[in-house]
Amino acid sequence: MDKIWSMLTDPNMQWIFLGCTLLGLSSGVIGCFSYLRKQSLMGDTLAHAALPGICIAFMLTGIKSIGLFLVGAGLAGVVATFGIGYITRHSKLKQDAAMGIVLSGFFGLGIVLLTLIQHGDYGNQAGLDKFLFGQAASMIGSDVITMSIVCLALITICTLLFKQFKIISFDPGFARGIGYPVALLEQLLMLLMVVAVVAGIQAVGVVLVAALLITPAVSARYWTDRLSLMVVLSGLFGALSGGIGTLISASVSNLPTGPVTVLAATLLFFVSILFGPQRGLLAKRIARKQVKLRYSREMEHRIHDSKKKEAAL
Amino acid sequence: MSDFWILLTGALVASCCGILGVFLVLRKMAMIGDAISHSVMPGIVIAFLLSGSRDSMLMMFAALAFGLLTTFLIQMFQNSGIQADASIGVVFTSLFAVGVVLVSLYARQVHLDQDAILYGEIAYVHWNIWTLGGVNMGPKAVWLLGFTLLVIVAVISVFYKQFKLCAFDSALAAAIGIPVALFHYLLMGLVSMATVSSFESVGAILVVGLLIIPASTAYLLTDRLGVMIVLSVAVGVASTFIGYGAAVMLDASIAGCMVCAASVLFIVAFLFSPSQGIVIKKLRLRQLA
Repeated sequence: MDKIWSMLTDPNMQWIFLGCTLLGLSSGVIGCFSYLRKQSLMGDTLAHAALPGICIAFMLTGIKSIGLFLVGAGLAGVVATFGIGYITRHSKLKQDAAMGIVLSGFFGLGIVLLTLIQHGDYGNQAGLDKFLFGQAASMIGSDVITMSIVCLALITICTLLFKQFKIISFDPGFARGIGYPVALLEQLLMLLMVVAVVAGIQAVGVVLVAALLITPAVSARYWTDRLSLMVVLSGLFGALSGGIGTLISASVSNLPTGPVTVLAATLLFFVSILFGPQRGLLAKRIARKQVKLRYSREMEHRIHDSKKKEAAL
Repeated sequence: MSDFWILLTGALVASCCGILGVFLVLRKMAMIGDAISHSVMPGIVIAFLLSGSRDSMLMMFAALAFGLLTTFLIQMFQNSGIQADASIGVVFTSLFAVGVVLVSLYARQVHLDQDAILYGEIAYVHWNIWTLGGVNMGPKAVWLLGFTLLVIVAVISVFYKQFKLCAFDSALAAAIGIPVALFHYLLMGLVSMATVSSFESVGAILVVGLLIIPASTAYLLTDRLGVMIVLSVAVGVASTFIGYGAAVMLDASIAGCMVCAASVLFIVAFLFSPSQGIVIKKLRLRQLA
């Protein structure tokens, strides 16, 4: 406990903690829309596809900066989305196979480039492999600031365009009917997803960053049927898991942040699936018991009534 | 000699994955294959911590258990109202996270590090020799993979008809009394087995590349299941050979190069497949016009 407290008072750690919490918050918010649009695994694909983008950005410039990586990974993400769309439209392969192909193809390329960087004479490459599982503690001040600004921007955009995103999540046909630029909004949402994934890579790692988009949204869905509340809850769950993950991974040596964050999110998911009102397992069981009880009471009543009638006859 | 063993291992991995990948692609479960290949991680690590060796039967069973657990959990969450792809995402990320945490915590005690999990160690295959009564029997990985391939081939060829029907029309299969759920879990069990025995050579994450990409390539080239399986294996083996060559030339990750080679072959098939290829279709259109 003392250790955690001393970490919380360390200014450097405070920044990282804040950054990861913000990251969880923004991914949770965006994850809601991608969950409702049935694109949860797209985040996974985009995250894996970001790896070669990051490697190429590093090979071209030789600098490790999150801004450049955002550009590289963003471009790779756009290529990946386009590739998935192209494969599904122009062949008999279905979307899941197309996603699998793009995901593993890009990731394989990324691994090749990563080993090329490690074996080649690129100075300052130490830490690039931290991108696989994430290590929040290895971030430097400017990274944290960039990450925080990006996350704040994501949250702002989602708040401003909440109505539009809501309508294209539930009924894109209607949105088109009333004159919204649906294709543009969909592209924008995809771009926001890419940005969220890329911002999270340094803290959570490419392999698991998708969980920050998926798990908080699924957990939030258990508590409510209103989108606004779901977005808030999902952001909250994401922020909580980001914060907890950073703290635990920083206090145990050699423990990457990504998996701990994901496990924290999974814990919240289990709490939600058990205790969520209406949809939770416990609530369902109680509701079933109540229905049974009412049914048996009614039956008793009816039997009683019919006996009375028989007696009267 | 080391080249020979590496290529043989690669070919065995590609054959195991190629056969099973066909069924995954046909049943539209490519991402479930991806999920299983991630989520057998904790099983591998736990078995490793218990037995201390890398190629025990225990590891096979642990991975099998976790593979089936994954399938079961995905199904359960899906039935409770979560979207299919989200339930896949939740299950595999959390199980994989458990695996990575276990590796990080016990990394010093066990000879198993994150790099090995990600990239595999196919280059070291020939160092881990199985000796029986003092006789050198060749690398352990080759025996393990050979055994897995034997099991896969045996199961698939005994129940070929059933798997075929389940792949194309599971409703009809259920109607004529084939236990569809049983074959679903059987297939997933085989996928877990293939993943765990390939993991040492190509790494947990790239197994999925060899599962899905060669099968998809074969899918573009033919309309017959038997031909598709043969082609998928052939494409897989070809990509391991090309990939190994490229890796030696570039001094890069062997597993990564194998998946890249598979992707290149896929792109070639995508463009020039005689029945499906985009370029071929365009040419045919032009001839008609």
